[in-house]
Parts: sequence; C-alpha cells; structure tokens
Amino acid sequence: MQKVIVENRIRQSRQDRIFDAINLALMILLLFIFIWPLWFVLIASFSDPMRVLNGEVLIWPVSFNLSAYKELIRRGDIWLSYLNSIFYTVAGTALNMVFTVCAAYPLSRKNFVIRNFVMTFFLITMYFSGGLIPLYVLLRGLHLIDSRLCLILGGAISVYNMLIVRNYFMNSIPNALREASMLDGANSAQDLIHVVLPLSKPVLAVVTLYYAVGHWNDYYSALVYITSPEKYPLQLVLRDILSNVTVSSESASTIEEKVRLAQTLKYSSIIAAMIPVLMLYPVIQKHFVKGVMIGAVKG
Amino acid sequence: MQKAIKNKSFWARLKLDVVNNPLLYIMIAPVIGYVALFCYGPMYGIVLAFLNYRIKDGIFGSEWVGFANFERFIRSFNFLKLMENTLAISVLSLIVGFFVPIGFALMLNYVTSRQLKKTVQMVSYAPHFISVVVICGMLQIIFASNGPVNAVIMLLGFDKIDFLAEASMFRPLYVGSGVWQGMGWSSIIYISALSGVDYQIHEAAIIDGATKLQRIRHIDIPSIKSTIIMLLILAIGGLMGVGFDKAYLLQNDLNLETSEVLSTYVYKMGMIKSDYSFSTAVGLFNTVINLILIVSANYISKKLADESLF
Repeated sequence: MQKVIVENRIRQSRQDRIFDAINLALMILLLFIFIWPLWFVLIASFSDPMRVLNGEVLIWPVSFNLSAYKELIRRGDIWLSYLNSIFYTVAGTALNMVFTVCAAYPLSRKNFVIRNFVMTFFLITMYFSGGLIPLYVLLRGLHLIDSRLCLILGGAISVYNMLIVRNYFMNSIPNALREASMLDGANSAQDLIHVVLPLSKPVLAVVTLYYAVGHWNDYYSALVYITSPEKYPLQLVLRDILSNVTVSSESASTIEEKVRLAQTLKYSSIIAAMIPVLMLYPVIQKHFVKGVMIGAVKG
Repeated sequence: MQKAIKNKSFWARLKLDVVNNPLLYIMIAPVIGYVALFCYGPMYGIVLAFLNYRIKDGIFGSEWVGFANFERFIRSFNFLKLMENTLAISVLSLIVGFFVPIGFALMLNYVTSRQLKKTVQMVSYAPHFISVVVICGMLQIIFASNGPVNAVIMLLGFDKIDFLAEASMFRPLYVGSGVWQGMGWSSIIYISALSGVDYQIHEAAIIDGATKLQRIRHIDIPSIKSTIIMLLILAIGGLMGVGFDKAYLLQNDLNLETSEVLSTYVYKMGMIKSDYSFSTAVGLFNTVINLILIVSANYISKKLADESLF
C-alpha cells in the first residue's frame, strides 16, 4: 500500500518508463518461452504426426485426432511401467519420510548428546561418496541388483531434505510450546507426535513432494540396477520410446504406419508422464517458497 | 545441576541421555546404520581403484596395482578431451545458470502488475519438476532437423541447423535447456531475499531521484550480496559434477566429440565394458577434484567476504 503511494506521488522519469516497457516485454517473452515447449507437446499429441514432422504444427493443433492416445492405451509395457513407478514412488517416499523424521527429530534436540557427531557423519556423505562402481559392487553383494527393493532402498534418505526438516523443527516451532508440554510431563514420543509433527505439516508436505518427484523422475538408478523389463519404471520405458529404440506395434501394417505411430506415441507418452506431477503442482505450489527458504538456513 | 552434567565425561552424559530419552536413540539408530552401510560402505570399495579387480578373484584376491589405473586414465588419448568437455559444460552452466536467475529475480521485482508477476513466477517453477528423460525427449522433438524450431528458422529465410547431430550445438543445447529448467526455481531464494529489503531505503532513493536501474545497482544487489556469495560457493563445489542423465540422453555418435563427459565415461567403462577398477579410478578422480574445489571456494570466500559453508 505504502509502496503504491510513494511510486505514484513522484512522477516517473523517462528512463524508468523505458525500463518498465522493456521489463514488461521481457516478462511476456519469458512467459512464452516457459509455456510454449509444453504447449507444443500437448498440441502435437492431438495433431496428425506427419504434419507435425513437416513443421506445420506451431501454435494450434492441425487435423485434430486421438490416435496418439489410442496407441498409448494399446501399449501394455507402458501401463506396467506406470504401475511400477507408482509403486516405487509411494513405497520409496514412505520410507524416505520415516527415515527423514527419525533422523531430523533427535538432531533437532539441543541436548541430544551425540548430535554434533551424527551431524558430521551425515554431512560428509553430501560431499564425498564411493561412486558408481563401489556402490554397484556393494548392492550386488547384498543381492539387490535387479530387485524392486533396490530402487526403494537405494536413496532412502537425502541428507539435504533431512536438514530442511531439522531446521524447521528447530527454528519454526515455538520453543515455549515444547517446554510447556515437557513441563506437563510429555516424553519424546508425545512431544514428537502431539507437538512437533502437527506443527510441521507445511515442511513435511514440501519434503514429501521433493522425494516423490525425485522417485517419479528417477531414471538413473533403474538404468544401472534394473535389468528385467517387467521391473522397469516409467522413465526407462519412456526413454526407449523417445529415442526410437522400439518401433514395434502390432497394429501397424506398413513401415510408414509404424514410423507414424512411434512418432505419435512420443507426444502422448510425454503427456502421460507429466500428468501426475502437474496435477500435484497447483495443490502444493504455495508451499514451495517456504520449503526453499527453510533449506537456505545454515545447518 | 546444569554444571554438574557438563562436567561429566562424554560417556557418562551419553549413558544418562540414553536412559532418559531412549526413543531418540531408537529412532536414529536405523538411519545411522543405513548411512553407514549404503554411504560409507561403498567408500571401502574405493580400494577397487588401486587394484586390478576381477570378479572371480574378489577384492582380496585381486592384484594391488597402486596408481596404475589413474596413470592409465591420465595418459589415455581422450583424457584432455574429457576434461575439456566436462569443464566447458560446467563453467558455461555455472556462468549462465548462476547469473540468469539473479537477473530474473531483480527484473521480476520491478514488474508493476501483481497479476503478471505471480503468473510468471508460478509458470517459471514448473519446468523444475519435469524429468530429465522428458526434457531430453522434448529437446529431440523441438530441435529435430524438421522440428518446429527449424520450421521457424526456415520461415525466416535461414538454412536449417541439425541441432542434435552437430557437435558444436551440444553445449548450447545442454546449457540452454538447463537454464530453462532451473532459472525459475533458482530465483526463488533471491526473490525472497529481495522482498525482505526494507522499503524505506527505496523510498529515500526515489525521493532523491534514483532511477530503477540505479536502485537495482545500489540497493538491491548489495542487499542480496551475501546470498549470492553463499550460492556461488555451492555452485563452484558442484563444478565438476556434470550430471550424467542429460549428457547421456542427448548423446549420439555424431556429437560424442563434445558430449562425452567424465560421468558418462565412468558409466560406460564400468557398466558396459565392466572395467570396474578403471571406472572407479576415474570416478574417484572426479570426486577428489570436486572436493578440492568446494574446500578452496569455501576458503576463498571466508577470506574475502567472511561467508562460509563450514
């Protein structure tokens, strides 16, 4: 309010008007750059693939049809991988959250005797790791290669996310509240369940989202550790479709038809992969800024 | 009472704490066990880099070769090329990817329409949540030789460019798509820092007749300086960590000249050629350089700006 009054009372200089005009143009350009690629994939998925290939589709769908989605529904391997991805995401995120809270809560207590030691123990892993092959050899020793469990256990805790939660526990929950419950005789379990967790819903939501998106989008661990196609997550199947490795469709009769269907499938499968993330996005978007800011507080 | 506890030895205090708050220890024990096994366990596997490891011999039966694997890597014909590619991509990403979000935040701060500001901000975060596989798929569709970008280029009367097969186009594609994906997300922290600037300073400047550009230069930038430095240290620490995913997915035989980086090389040598010891050595080489970079960046910033991570 105050801002508006001051800005209006003093007439803007010519330089400022030019600045505003350039700024407005820049923002509109950026808006276009952010939206158009996503919009293009969407309209391409509803257009005739041959006309997309000819560069006729730019702003609006051309010869609207649903063949891309019909082909998507026919592909059993995509649906299986979709279910796999849902499983990895749900199970993986659940384990992540349990581990994260289990580590963050003790570390948020100032009188936890081994706090500094454990913090250092965790922090080192952020900057130093064994690397690809040593981890692979270890997982093979544990018989976790090509096992669904491997994708869930693989990254069961992210130290960075744990620190976000810990910082929130320490800085954003009024100390008086916790002291009051302690005076009333609450033990650690009661403090955690009745005071800390209910007050930390925003940060828990953000971190859950981070983990879930991480699992949903993960392709590297599956590429390295999973060999049986029936265990592939969506991203790995998606890569095959997008890089044209599989041009097989029983419904196609000619080679041209095969190319056409392989091409259509690219657009519709991208849309299918983005839907869950984009659906969650508006719901949880308002918590983002908070999450990033809590993470920025030094550990 | 407090003093009495403080004077006791560490073990005595630990014993007391375990008895008083057993739950804390029960909670954190599995996590410590997990980190010890999955994060520290592989560190032991680093010895592979110093062995001539063969699966049938196991770690203990394999021959100790010292630094031979590192020597082989440094002397190999593509060592310089790999270093150049990795550094070129990461330095470019650092420079562009680091300063664009700052500029974006500074400009967004002066957008007069609240509605536009909110829309741009919300839309700019969205690409952060798209998977690398999808990003690369979209790049391959949009920049294909007969894709929409080339359609526009030809419409304007230029020759079409085969972005994906041209080695010289790999870096711009990599860095550009990285900026597209990350600028909104990375700007969040600056936007919050800017909204925390005391508006009275701006009022005073306006009354003194400062233009918006002058306000950016003399008020906004100095007030987010410490945030910028902190994030710069973090970014420098990750300098050699060119992500595997995007480089690998955008790679093809035609652009290998610029697209082969350390992480893709480690993957190929280890997982495809099964040269475990050599791959571990290359990976370790990468990790150690990273560690040196972050420690020295931290040291320099401590000296120069009194800001540090640890």
